[in-house]
Amino acid sequence: MDRFRFVLFRPLQLLPVLIGISIATFALVRSIPGDPVRVLLGPRGTPEAIARIRQQFGLDEPLWRQYFYFVENLLDGRMGKSIVYKIEILDLVARRIEPTLALVAGSVLLSLLLAVPLATLAARNRGGLADHLVRLVSTSGLGLPAFWLGLMLIILFSIHLDLFPVAGYGETLADRLHHLVLPCLTIALALSAVLTRNLRASMIAELQSDQAMAARARGLSEGQVFRRHVLPNSLVPTINLLAVNIGWLIGSTVVIESVFAIPGLGQLLVRAIFARDYLVVQGVAMIFACATVTVNFIADIATALADPRVRL
Amino acid sequence: MSAPLLSVRDLRVSAGPLDLVDGISFDLGQGEILGLVGESGSGKTMACRALMRLLPSRQVAVTGGRILLGDDDLAALPEADMRRLRGHALGMVFQNPASHLDPVMRIGDQIAEGLRLHRGLDRKAAWAAAIDLLAQVGIPDPARRARNYPHEFSGGMRQRAMIAVALSCDPGILIADEPTTALDVTVQAQILRLLLALREARGLAIVLISHDLGVIAQTCDRIAVMYAGRIVEQGAKTDILRRPLHPYTQGLIRCQPGEDGGGPGLPLPTIAGQPPSAGEMPAGCRFHPRCPRASETCRREMPAPHALEGRIVACHHPLTGEVP
Ligand SMILES: Nc1ncnc2c1ncn2[C@@H]1O[C@H](COP(=O)(O)OP(=O)(O)OP(=O)(O)O)[C@@H](O)[C@H]1O
Ligand SMILES: [Mg+2]
Repeated sequence: MDRFRFVLFRPLQLLPVLIGISIATFALVRSIPGDPVRVLLGPRGTPEAIARIRQQFGLDEPLWRQYFYFVENLLDGRMGKSIVYKIEILDLVARRIEPTLALVAGSVLLSLLLAVPLATLAARNRGGLADHLVRLVSTSGLGLPAFWLGLMLIILFSIHLDLFPVAGYGETLADRLHHLVLPCLTIALALSAVLTRNLRASMIAELQSDQAMAARARGLSEGQVFRRHVLPNSLVPTINLLAVNIGWLIGSTVVIESVFAIPGLGQLLVRAIFARDYLVVQGVAMIFACATVTVNFIADIATALADPRVRL
Repeated sequence: MSAPLLSVRDLRVSAGPLDLVDGISFDLGQGEILGLVGESGSGKTMACRALMRLLPSRQVAVTGGRILLGDDDLAALPEADMRRLRGHALGMVFQNPASHLDPVMRIGDQIAEGLRLHRGLDRKAAWAAAIDLLAQVGIPDPARRARNYPHEFSGGMRQRAMIAVALSCDPGILIADEPTTALDVTVQAQILRLLLALREARGLAIVLISHDLGVIAQTCDRIAVMYAGRIVEQGAKTDILRRPLHPYTQGLIRCQPGEDGGGPGLPLPTIAGQPPSAGEMPAGCRFHPRCPRASETCRREMPAPHALEGRIVACHHPLTGEVP
């Protein structure tokens, strides 16, 4: 019962959060120095042309009214028109969302595929060589900036080994996946460093827990204790850790899409910022904000499903 | 008495240079309940963990003695063979049922686990057996309760569930380390009654650890009193409770509310002083600094356990021929 209530009412509770985010987004975008119309028209723009375009996009109206247009456009769903591309932002986003989603999903999957075995190896050989190596690698992974790591991977795998494309996004599914390997790996290496350290710590705690001792006392082997009791219990906090890191993850996709020239939302956002394409920046920022809120909502539900003690 | 089921001889458990359990010996007969009593830190938990070979860390190890079960010496058995005995020959129940059950696994699955992994029962048969076990330990509506998670059980029901888990593969010996300490008094009595009933129904032998002589008095056939890693006195429950021979046992009995002395309104007598810690054992008898009967001999010589009046006592000046 409680869970139904949560699923129904939590989105309502999140409404004020979204309103706050929309105000913050709006204010931040407006505080970027520079005038979008001047940027668009360049030095050739006559004062008349500038005035006309300002009027066309409502930029001559008072700020509070511009904010309401923004909200109106958001509620409308189409999010208004891009000053640069001259098409509706919804269409723009629809064209570019797939690479970003694939990048995020691929990175999370890959980082789990790296973190779970590495943390297992380290936790089960605590204090041993494998443990020290895993900790060394994951600690250094925490310090590396994503763009640098991405460039290094490009130099190694694309230029020297010629295994993966340098940049871009393919046409066919296989081609796209091929293009996504290095970008996903770049993000996954950084993310798995965080995940591995946390998983290792919770696995070690679980290995020493009373309930693991009780499982040994009923004759389970170390492997069985690990698979059946230690692993499930230590994965529960990982769900939340991933949700907490979703903001960082989105930030990384913005950088990585630029490094690898992937035509996704991040790249769109960066270009829109340079072009002072206000409505696009606002739109994409709102999408990222909603995604963060949604992911945390889903993580709450997933935690409750994985851990019966959690009350929503 | 026929040959004992389990025979422990000179069992020693050490943490580095420190002996936490210092050469204890006892027997456990088929269907017998042996009570292990003693103050906190006397090594009761280490002794019974040693029987399961489940010591808390790598630093703590069995460093001497034999644990004879049938043809096996558990103290020398390879880990793989020992593991086959855990749950099958020896089951264990712990003090805190809340932390010793897996919070994210259904109770029924935890009971069925041993049956599926070791007995090769299929999912359905193991589940049915789990429900049956829950019924045997007195959980009402077991078919529904098997689907619950531990946090949905009360403290007493969790302890019943843990007993069901320990008994799933039908061990002949149950080791219960303070199984009722975390429970309130009425629930405590129910759990003790359950243990007695299981002994009747299955011929289960039980090592029951407690620091509460009241609990021991209600359930056990024989008692072994531990002090500072050694057994100072062991014998039939009625003998020991009625006429203790070791001054420490006498002190313990006097500390019990409603036993000797300490009537309503009066402060309970206590044994003066603190038990020694493993690092700083006194020379001679370990109890002598707190013992009213201590003599020069006690300060110099460790008393060897010897048979006296139908039990085994380790004391230079046992309380023979005195009316307590
Ligand atoms: N992990 C450990 N490493 C080293 N020594 C330990 C460890 N755990 C306990 N000890 C020591 O072992 C001794 C015996 O402890 P044990 O837990 O067996 O006592 P106990 O009789 O069960 O007491 P309680 O009634 O408090 O449970 C104590 O002196 C304790 O300090
Ligand atoms: Mg103990």
